[in-house]
Amino acid sequence: MSGGVDSSVAAALLADEGHDVIGLSMQLYDASGQRDGLPAFGGCCTLDDLHDARRVAAAINIPHYILNFERQFNEQVVSNFVSEYTAGRTPLPCAHCNSDLKFATLVERARGFGADAVATGHYARVEHDATSNRYLLKRGIDPAKDQSYFLFSLTQEQLAHARFPVGDRPKDAVREYARRLALPVADKPDSQEICFIPDDDYAAFVTRHAPEAERRGSIVDESGRVLGRHAGIHQFTVGQRKGLGLSGLAGPAGSSAGAPRAPLYVLSLRPADRAVVVGPKSALERTTLAASGVNWIAAEPQAPQRITAQIRHRHPAAAATVRAMAGRRAEVVFDAPQNAVTPGQAVVFYEGDVVIGGGWID
Amino acid sequence: MRVYFDYNATTPLAPEVAEAVAVATRDLFGNASSVHHFGQQAKAALDEARSAIAALVHADPSEIVFTSGGTEADNFAIRGAADALESSGRRQIIASAIEHEAVLNTLKSLARRGWQTTMLPVDQTGIVSPDRLRELLTDTTALVSVMHANNEIGTIQPIAELATIAHARGALMHTDAVQTVGKIPVDVRALGVDLLSLSAHKFNGPKGAGALWIKRGTRLQPILTGGKHERNRRAGTENVPAIVGMGVAARLAAAKMAAESARVAALRDRLEDGILRGVPGTAVNGDPRSRVPNTTNISFDHVEAESLLIALDLDGVAVSTGSACSSGTLEPSHVLRAMGYPAGRVQSSLRFSLGLFSTAEEVDRVISALPPLVEKLRSLSRRHEVAR
Repeated sequence: MSGGVDSSVAAALLADEGHDVIGLSMQLYDASGQRDGLPAFGGCCTLDDLHDARRVAAAINIPHYILNFERQFNEQVVSNFVSEYTAGRTPLPCAHCNSDLKFATLVERARGFGADAVATGHYARVEHDATSNRYLLKRGIDPAKDQSYFLFSLTQEQLAHARFPVGDRPKDAVREYARRLALPVADKPDSQEICFIPDDDYAAFVTRHAPEAERRGSIVDESGRVLGRHAGIHQFTVGQRKGLGLSGLAGPAGSSAGAPRAPLYVLSLRPADRAVVVGPKSALERTTLAASGVNWIAAEPQAPQRITAQIRHRHPAAAATVRAMAGRRAEVVFDAPQNAVTPGQAVVFYEGDVVIGGGWID
Repeated sequence: MRVYFDYNATTPLAPEVAEAVAVATRDLFGNASSVHHFGQQAKAALDEARSAIAALVHADPSEIVFTSGGTEADNFAIRGAADALESSGRRQIIASAIEHEAVLNTLKSLARRGWQTTMLPVDQTGIVSPDRLRELLTDTTALVSVMHANNEIGTIQPIAELATIAHARGALMHTDAVQTVGKIPVDVRALGVDLLSLSAHKFNGPKGAGALWIKRGTRLQPILTGGKHERNRRAGTENVPAIVGMGVAARLAAAKMAAESARVAALRDRLEDGILRGVPGTAVNGDPRSRVPNTTNISFDHVEAESLLIALDLDGVAVSTGSACSSGTLEPSHVLRAMGYPAGRVQSSLRFSLGLFSTAEEVDRVISALPPLVEKLRSLSRRHEVAR
C-alpha cells in the first residue's frame, strides 16, 4: 500500500470480497524529511504517503505495517539506477523494484505472516492458462493506465502468488469505488515519474550518489565532429532534444552555413570516451534491437514469432518478429523503423493483450 | 484474547486512575492559577498530586515540577542546566550511549550550538563503567545524564556511584528514571542526583503528564517561558486531569510496589524460561541480574525481529523492539549496538515488557505461540538463502 488510490482500492476490494487482508507499506528511503539534521517541515511527501496508507487501512479495518526496506531498495534498485546512468544507459527502476523487491523480498515477508498471495495496485491481470499450465500476464483493461510493461520480469513462481485487483477496472471506476467507500485518498493525484526522485532531477540524483559520473566529455555528430562539451553522460538519454546546449553553434556536418538548422537529437551515448553522439531525428530510427536478461512468461518460442513490441512505457507497441536466443537473449526485428530505441529500457513482447515476455535493451 | 506485553512503551490506565481523570475532567475545570473557588479546587488537586509524586520518589513536594511527560522533563533538565551554566564556562555534557532519544537528540541539538557532547560507553551487559566516567569528566563538564533503567533491556545503572563521581568534578547529575519510577523503589536522596525525570503513563497513569524533580538549590533555566506557573519554573496552564491521574497512579504504585514487583518478576522469569527452553537459538540481552522486574529482551537467531513482531501481532501478541522511527518502521537498536552486539543479533531481538494486568495465562500463551512462528520464519529465510 503506497498511500495512492490504486493500492488502497486493491486492498479494499480484497477486504470486501471477504479475504483476510494485511496491509503492508514499504519504506524505501529516508522518509524523515531531514535536511542537514534538521526537520524540513512540510517538505516530506513520502511520510505523508505512508500515513495515507495507514489511514486507508484503518478506514477498511485491516492491520497495517510499514516494512523498512531502505537497505534492500538501495542495494537492488538505487545502485542499479545510478550505475546504469553512469554507463550511458537509461534505467527502468520500477521494473527492478517489482521483480527484485515487491515480488521477492516483500512476498517472502508476507509468507512469514501467513499470507497466500501478495496483491498490488498495478493495472495488469494474471490468469492461469490450463492448456499450457502457465500463469499469463495481461495488460490492464484501461489502456491509458496499463502497467504490464513494468511487470515483464516476473517469473511463473512470482505470478502464481500475485494478485492485481484493479487490473480489470478502468481508473475512473477505481476512483469511484474509493469515493463510495470515502477512502481518504479517493481524489489524491496520481504519482508521477520516479518515486525516489520527487524533484525529477535525475542527473543531480546520480551525481549525489556517484560523484565520479560528473566527468566532462564531447558532444559529437555522427562523423565525429565536436559540436560542444557536456558535464557528464548521465545527464542524457537517447532521443533527448532539449538541454544539449548547442544553440549558437554551427550546424551538423553537411548543413550549409546560414541554412535553417534541423533540430539535433541524442543518438547514442559512448561511455568509453564519454561522447554524446547527436544527429537529426531520422538517424534515431532503428528496425532491430537486441535484448538480454529475457524472461519468457508464455513458453519460450522455438521459432521466430510474430508479436507487437513495446520499447518504453508510453510507446504504442509496434509489429515485430522476435527470435529467442541462447543465454536469455532475444533479437527483435520491427516491421517499420522505431524512434529512440534506448539501452537500459525494457522491450516487452505482446500477443494481443498477453505479455509473452520481455528483456532489457542492449 | 489479545496479549499486551509492551508496558515499557506505555501502560493501560489503572481503573482508579481512569475514574479520577474522568472526575477531574468534569469537575476540576478551574485554572489552578485563579484566585477564586474554582481555581482553588484545581490548585488543591495539583498539590495532592505533587505530594503523591514526591512520596513515590522520597522527595519534597516543592521540588516537583509538572511537565507534559518524560521527554519534556529530560529537555528541561538538560537544556535548563545548559542555559543556566553556559556563562560559567562549563561547556560539556556527558550522557550514556544507551539513553532515550529524548536525551540523545537534545544533546545533538546542544552540540549544534557549540556544546561539547560526550558519549559514555556501556559494556556487553549494558552497564556504564564508573571508571570511564571518571576519565571523561573534565573541569568544564556541566552535566552528566545517565538513565536509571534502560527502556529496551531494563538494565539498572549504578546511579549513586556515578553521581558521586560527577559531583567530585563539580558537575550536575541527571537521571531519566522514566522506566523505574513506579516499578521499583526510587529514592532521590539515595541516588544522590540533582535532577530526575519521570512519566505518568509508564506506571498506569495518563499520557501527557510527567515531572522533573529538581533538588532544592539547583540552578536551572526554564525552557518554557510565560506565566508564573510551577513557581516560575514551567509556564503554561497545568493539565489538571492528567496530573490528578498521575497522583492517583503514584499512590497506587507506592502501595502495591513490593507485592507487584515480585509478582511481575515471577511472570517475566516464567516467560523468559519458557522462551529459552521452547525456542532454540535464543538468548537474553543485557544484565540478567541488575534489571527492572518487568522487562526481558531476547534475541532469536536467524529471525528478522520486524517480521516476528508483525507475525506475533497478527497472532494477537503485542511486543516491540527498540524505538520506532517517524514512519513507524523499526530502526536497528542503538542500545544493542552500543553494547557491541553484531548486526545480526541486533536485528533479531525483541523486547517483552509486562505489568499490572499481565497474567500467567498470557505468559503461557506467548510461550506456546512463539515456536511455530519462529520456525516458519526461519524456514522461509533458509529457503531464501538456498535460492540465492
